[in-house]
Amino acid sequence: MNSVVASAVTPHGYLQAQARWSPLEIAFWLAAFLPFVLFPTYLSLANQIAITALFALSLDLILGYAGIVSLGHAAFFGIGAYAAGIFSKYVWGEPITGLVFAGLCAGLVGFATSFIVARFKHLTLIMMTLGIGFLVHEIANAAHWLTGGSDGLQGVRLWPIFNYFNFDLWGYTAYSYALAVLFIVFVLSRRLINSPFGLALRGIRENSTRMPAIGADSRAHIRKIYTISTAIAGLAGGLLAQTTETVSLGSIDFQRSADVVVMLVLGGAGHLYGGILGAIIFMVARDQFSGINPQFWYFPMGVLLVAVVMFLPGGILGGLARLTARFRKNPS
Amino acid sequence: MTTPVLSTHKLNKSFGQLVVARDIEIALPRGVRYALIGPNGAGKTTLINLMTGMLRPDTGSIMLGEEDITKLEPQARVKRGLVRTFQINSLFPDLSALESVTLAVLERRGDAPVWWRQLPSYGEAADEAYGILKSLSLGDHAYRTTRELAYGQQRLLEIALSLATRPHVLLLDEPAAGVPKEESEGLFAAIAGLSDDITILFIEHDMDVVFRFASRIIVMVSGGILLEGTPQEIASDPRVREVYLGGANHG
Repeated sequence: MNSVVASAVTPHGYLQAQARWSPLEIAFWLAAFLPFVLFPTYLSLANQIAITALFALSLDLILGYAGIVSLGHAAFFGIGAYAAGIFSKYVWGEPITGLVFAGLCAGLVGFATSFIVARFKHLTLIMMTLGIGFLVHEIANAAHWLTGGSDGLQGVRLWPIFNYFNFDLWGYTAYSYALAVLFIVFVLSRRLINSPFGLALRGIRENSTRMPAIGADSRAHIRKIYTISTAIAGLAGGLLAQTTETVSLGSIDFQRSADVVVMLVLGGAGHLYGGILGAIIFMVARDQFSGINPQFWYFPMGVLLVAVVMFLPGGILGGLARLTARFRKNPS
Repeated sequence: MTTPVLSTHKLNKSFGQLVVARDIEIALPRGVRYALIGPNGAGKTTLINLMTGMLRPDTGSIMLGEEDITKLEPQARVKRGLVRTFQINSLFPDLSALESVTLAVLERRGDAPVWWRQLPSYGEAADEAYGILKSLSLGDHAYRTTRELAYGQQRLLEIALSLATRPHVLLLDEPAAGVPKEESEGLFAAIAGLSDDITILFIEHDMDVVFRFASRIIVMVSGGILLEGTPQEIASDPRVREVYLGGANHG
């Protein structure tokens, strides 16, 4: 991508060009409105996709940008989901405050665990995240009085958004709400990636051992991005609890942690859009294939995953980026 | 006599039975160009690792100016001006040269934790990074991705990264390792052209280069310092000849 920049540009112009919104991005966000017109009967699926995309985006921030592989990220999704659900049950049903509460709870636990995560690398780190995931899952399972355990959390009731938009049966409000949150978090994440901190994260991903030698406190950077990422995962979980008005143990289990890694790898980690694209492919494929055969829908998913990892090591977006770079180099 | 910029006192380090640093005593005055020579396995890189905090000494202390830095983390030492480069390129493959050096500048200025302001508002940092790259004749390659740079250019980028931290003491671990002899002259000319405020210690095997660019030389053998002196003293010392010609010679 960088090689195509003409050598005449100034350092400042170069940085500016990197942070600019491309027409493709604008087109993507406009296309996010299409389901309202084209698939009005699929809005609840669109809602699920937006929520999952937000969850995948949160993982991309740590995996794609700082190189931290987590197999327990559903812990924070689940904490957010339970926090939002319990908040609506015992405090009030106002959605925005409930969502903020979900993000705060997940971010707080994320901050506490970030001290462990920042100390380890490679397999040890993956095992740590896996362990944290199992721990949180079992706590949610055991705290039946609060979470409903394996029966799920019942009695979640939401007020209309801004006391005006009712959560309707078709998912108009739900999808609009989730899409709005996704977009806001995306814009903030995009700012973060194009900030000095974002550059430092890419430095950690590219060469974490070199970072101290240029004076960087990598651990502080990792603690910070991990906390931010877990808070976003909590927002995603909160959205799911609020728009479905129920929370099950499935929102916090290992399967969800694994699925989100698969989505990110499919779409391409380290592109911000990779997780979103992966979530769209994964969720639509699940919807379609499970319609054909509800038990074996992971089979085509497995084939797709193996194919992408083998032939497109940077995921779908990584492959596209390489193709366009090659095309721009020798436009024939 | 003024305080040395960097000094070590009775520095010791062993891995099991293997002694890699034995009572190392060095004192580098400001602005001097030191060469650290010795056969392979003499402990030269280990000494740099100890001084920069990548390894912890078993005993002994390291002083940066008046401050005891023995227990400081590597990044804290960099912040205080003690900086190194690596014998094997240790760069950021997917970042452009400009991004890499800008990152080092931002880390030095303490701006790297900022996530709410966009990079383009740090134009001065990018300009400074570009200036450093230009001074090492990498100006034309600033926007290229690190992995696309030629090997010799990557060696220069190593030095550019270290300069962006504004070092007082620069420890260069075989800066010209793997660079053809014709190019290594240029690389050392760039090093020799650095500000006199920077104290430099470099490891190098090519004796022509050592005698041309070093004002003083330290000779290490099996974890200990054999002797230290001016190039003339070193060249005429029979013990050095013995080390280099008798047996353990790989340099």
